[in-house]
Amino acid sequence: MSDPGEYFILRLYVAGQTAKALSAFANLKTICEEQLKGRYEIEVVDLLENPRLAREDQIVALPTLVRRLPPPLRKIIGDLSDTERVLIGLNLLPRPRA
Amino acid sequence: MNDTEGSKRDACNQLLKSPTGILGFDEITNGGLPQGRTTLVCGSTGSGKTLFAMEFLVRGATEFNEPGVFVSFEETEEELKKNVASLGFDLEDLVARGQLFMDYVSIEPSDVEETGEFDLDGLFIRLGDAIDRVGAKRVVLDTLEALFVGLPNPTILRAEIRRLFRYLKSKGVTAVATAEQGDGSLTRHGLEEYVSDCVIQLDNRVTDQTAIRRLRVVKYRGSRHGTNEYPFLIEQDGISVLPITSMGLDYEAPSEQIQSGLPRLDTMLGGGFFRGSGVLVSGTAGTGKTSIAAHFADETCRRGERCLYFAFEESRKQIMRNMGSIGVDLAPWEQKGLLRFHNVRPSVYVLEMHLVMMHKLIREFKPGVVIIDPISNLLTIGKPPEVKSVLTRLIDFMKMDSITALFTSLLTGGSLEETEVGVSSLMDTWIMLRDMETNGERNRGLYIFKSRGTPHSNQVREFLMTCNGIELLDVYTGPGGAMTGALRAAQEAKERAQALELQQEIQRMQRELARERQALEARIALLRSEFEAREDSLERSISQAQSRKDVLAEERMEIARLRKADEADPPTQQP
Repeated sequence: MSDPGEYFILRLYVAGQTAKALSAFANLKTICEEQLKGRYEIEVVDLLENPRLAREDQIVALPTLVRRLPPPLRKIIGDLSDTERVLIGLNLLPRPRA
Repeated sequence: MNDTEGSKRDACNQLLKSPTGILGFDEITNGGLPQGRTTLVCGSTGSGKTLFAMEFLVRGATEFNEPGVFVSFEETEEELKKNVASLGFDLEDLVARGQLFMDYVSIEPSDVEETGEFDLDGLFIRLGDAIDRVGAKRVVLDTLEALFVGLPNPTILRAEIRRLFRYLKSKGVTAVATAEQGDGSLTRHGLEEYVSDCVIQLDNRVTDQTAIRRLRVVKYRGSRHGTNEYPFLIEQDGISVLPITSMGLDYEAPSEQIQSGLPRLDTMLGGGFFRGSGVLVSGTAGTGKTSIAAHFADETCRRGERCLYFAFEESRKQIMRNMGSIGVDLAPWEQKGLLRFHNVRPSVYVLEMHLVMMHKLIREFKPGVVIIDPISNLLTIGKPPEVKSVLTRLIDFMKMDSITALFTSLLTGGSLEETEVGVSSLMDTWIMLRDMETNGERNRGLYIFKSRGTPHSNQVREFLMTCNGIELLDVYTGPGGAMTGALRAAQEAKERAQALELQQEIQRMQRELARERQALEARIALLRSEFEAREDSLERSISQAQSRKDVLAEERMEIARLRKADEADPPTQQP
């Protein structure tokens, strides 16, 4: 479980203002406000404007949310509608034992 | 609608193709891969998919001025560069010159969490950017299936892959997507369902402990293509596929005859071998097959043509030394680059691989004459129908280029093997070398079994190996068979004696005839003189009788006058 004092730097990769992009951003905003209020930062990268970043950051699926801090770097794909999995991905919930 | 219009329309409708530049492949597919479409190349691990795809890009960039993009899902750029350096592809240079763009797409399943709907726009953007950067006309995706391993939700992936192929089509690039072979299906994830234009299957099978690579065009919409499995090689300069089966029997038949290097043999053949023909020299062990081949090689180089010598039994040096002993010096030709030896043990590859290799060397060296010594060794590593089919392809290929081919073949036990007979039907000229063993002596004989299109001799010639090369001599035939060697010498002496005897006999008879003639003429003279004497006396008698008759007539008239007989009165007999 994450330390409540940790600061989160998140980057959301999208390609234009698609429905999936918009809902991903809205879902992310909600989750962060609930869980990480005051200790997070969201950067939205539109790959249409900067296609090279897709290669540099190894982005294939969109939308992709990358947790840049705290380490380790994690990638969460999809529109972030499955809150539980987003929390697992952000390491805010323990991974269920399969 | 007349024919010309019809064919014009066909030409317009014909699918445009991108040549791959892969040796032999463009021939199988009549021009290459469908232009502006995606081709699926599937096969098991290690079947050469990546190399095929890479060669398609490299040849495109270097030979057809079509830059390319290589999207790799499995190997990093560095790994790829290293792997294909062995094929002589300098990716570094191509990348530097803006002819190639490489993108390694890494998907680590361990650090991906799926949280809802997603698409592959990230990949599309990378691809689009890469295509635009180099102005790519060709794209490779190697292999898309890595997506299924790295990303969740196959349903979304399938839809996205379908969209990806449409996207590539809209970009107008010719693409190759590779895929791993599945159990009982072409690809593990059924990618063939999305690629409808062209599917190629690569295969690396092991038969009789020898691996053989094969390629098959499973599907090629809108195009004629060879349907067989074609063997291919991966060598130091790329892939080479052995095509040829699609070829018809429509090659040129040059009427030029070329010398065999043995003047007597040329006479027997009515001038020599036809250019572009297939010559089979068969014989039991030690009958001089290689010697004939060496003479032909020597003669070919003397004419200034190139000769490619495949030696499956002896090493290059061995052949040179042995042929030196009968006065054929091949070394200078090799130094001049007119003669090239290729030595390899037949068991190194399976038959088809040998043919691919031979095919490739022939293309490179462009010889006028090819010698395969011996072909029987190759025959033993394949089954007869297979042998015939692959050999037909090789011979057809050589005939297309008017290459004259000489094959030697070892006969075992003096009888013709099944394969031997099968192969011989492909040959235009068949020369047989025979052992002739008589009176404790073994001699060599040569005769022509068949020779298409030349008035050839039906005589057996004795075949002598001297330090000045092969000599062909007449042999004596008699009730005991052909005679050679010492027996021939004895026969020669015998015949000389016989000839002398005959000569004497003739003279004797001529003398007798003269005598007879004399005797006859004497008799004729005698008869004539007898006749002349008789003639004389008879003529005398005739003239006496005539004068008597005249006298009688006169007397009768005198009597009539005396009797003053009327003139009208018939003279009477009685007074």
